Amino acid sequence: MTQTSTQDTPVAADPVTPNLAHTNMVGFRTIIIREFSRIIRIWGQTIVPPAITATLYFVIFGSLIGSRIGDMGGYTYIQYIAPGLIMMSVITNSYGNVVSSFFGAKFGKHIEELLVSPLPNWLIVAGYVCGGILRGLVVGGVVTIITLIFTHLHVYNVGVVISAVLLSSIVFSLMGMINAIFAKNFDQISFIPTFVLTPLTYLGGVFYTISLLPHWAQTISHANPILYMVNAFRFGFLGVSDVNVGFAYSIMIGAAVVLYVACVWLLQKGVGTRE
Amino acid sequence: MKALSFRGLTKTYKNGVQALKGIDLDVEEGDFFALLGPNGAGKTTAIGIVTSLVNKTGGKVEVFGHDIDTQLAVAKSCIGLVPQEINFNQFETVTTILINQAGFYGIPRKVAHERLEKYLNALQLWEKRNAVSRSLSGGMKRRLMIARALMHEPRLLILDEPTAGVDIEVRRTMWTFMRDINAAGTTIILTTHYLEEAENLCRHVAIIDKGRIIENDRMSRVLRKLQTEVFVFNLRNPIAAAPALPDYQVVMPDDHTLEIEVSKDQNLNDIFSRLSAAGIEVLSMRNKSNRLEELFMRLVEQKPAATA
Repeated sequence: MTQTSTQDTPVAADPVTPNLAHTNMVGFRTIIIREFSRIIRIWGQTIVPPAITATLYFVIFGSLIGSRIGDMGGYTYIQYIAPGLIMMSVITNSYGNVVSSFFGAKFGKHIEELLVSPLPNWLIVAGYVCGGILRGLVVGGVVTIITLIFTHLHVYNVGVVISAVLLSSIVFSLMGMINAIFAKNFDQISFIPTFVLTPLTYLGGVFYTISLLPHWAQTISHANPILYMVNAFRFGFLGVSDVNVGFAYSIMIGAAVVLYVACVWLLQKGVGTRE
Repeated sequence: MKALSFRGLTKTYKNGVQALKGIDLDVEEGDFFALLGPNGAGKTTAIGIVTSLVNKTGGKVEVFGHDIDTQLAVAKSCIGLVPQEINFNQFETVTTILINQAGFYGIPRKVAHERLEKYLNALQLWEKRNAVSRSLSGGMKRRLMIARALMHEPRLLILDEPTAGVDIEVRRTMWTFMRDINAAGTTIILTTHYLEEAENLCRHVAIIDKGRIIENDRMSRVLRKLQTEVFVFNLRNPIAAAPALPDYQVVMPDDHTLEIEVSKDQNLNDIFSRLSAAGIEVLSMRNKSNRLEELFMRLVEQKPAATA
């Protein structure tokens, strides 16, 4: 390395109080762009696997087995499970995006880039959640396209479809963030998806209506938050639901608010991120 | 104006370790300030508190008059940090890292691209702008962290061992760059284990040990406090035994070398005269250690070699 150029000597910035609203706006946009770039950069991990999984579900449960099951809720079995499969991919990918991105940043210490910046904690959480939503929507979109290859998708209420998918994505992004905040190693970020998220998703009415279950199992199913998300989403497509859709929205909005406040509080306290 | 001010700053970790025991410190705007201390002395903890990576236990911190308890975002926007450990995303390119960093401080992309070019050229990394950061050499990674810290053109640049593990050529180039940005008005706080680096660059120095400031003054005044220095004399011919030099402490590490401790009220002419009289020819002479290093060691080891 030779002598440093002196003609480009940096100059200290003028001592002007920064416009924090502008800083926050640019910072928020930067986090979102960074998260979206990450999703695209590692598309082999983020987009392809859920597409393959969804295809297998449609081939096996929709075409092969589904054709022998008969109607469910007044629709063919493949039409009935389609919204649930789309929602399942949105939930798992929103969660997976935030948990892996935030924990990866913690592990590689580049989370410090954000922690030392003037961006407030509420905005950092919002930025990561938007990343989770983006991945949920991208993957949900890909799975929807795959669905259309196998069956016709009836849309009963587009507003419910969009709001249910957004709220579910927000809730699971925030859950992914809390997992990442507390995680100390990679085992701990795979534990929750494997042992909690996957069972809850499979038992959340993706593949069946809970009216098929015995009464006690129906009661237990009502304690599963994913049941409300899947059914609200399914209501948007088919107009049928195992639960009260208004109550489902209360659950989703309530969970989103509580989890968002919890994430901001945890960052503020420095749990898992600051000494 | 004070770029940085600590008052009664304390930090006690959950395991009970008291890393900072109520330190007071002021760094004036425009200064080049060395914050020195042995490993575990509390330097990185203090820096961590300023940059909000560590929660303080007590005391007050102000950055350009902005209290970090009430105006944290404004205080943080004044600071650029080059941490001790590599902490950028190793899977991103140099350009992506710098543009994102600028964005976190509210710098629009167009301005960020202009600054990126300026700092990558100044730090001789422009050719690597599209390289994935993990492919850079150790010295390049250190320079990338400096470029990253400068993207929002901070008024206070904190360099936590910026030249650790960097070869001497790159280190000297980085010194030139640091002098340039300090001359342009950026206040710099430097922590380093290369005390030659601190002595060459910094105008003020504070030494922290076991969570307390044990020295804090102008570099020149601190160095004058050194009461004795050890000089190494390389001899032309071998000698059988160390010469008797009353009033001096003489050590003979080998038959071609003498180490003589000289106090402030003694002089080298006297030593040379006595060595000549003893028939000993001196080929060359040097300080055994850098002066700041000597003082540092004596202060930390609490040897009576420095004035109060």
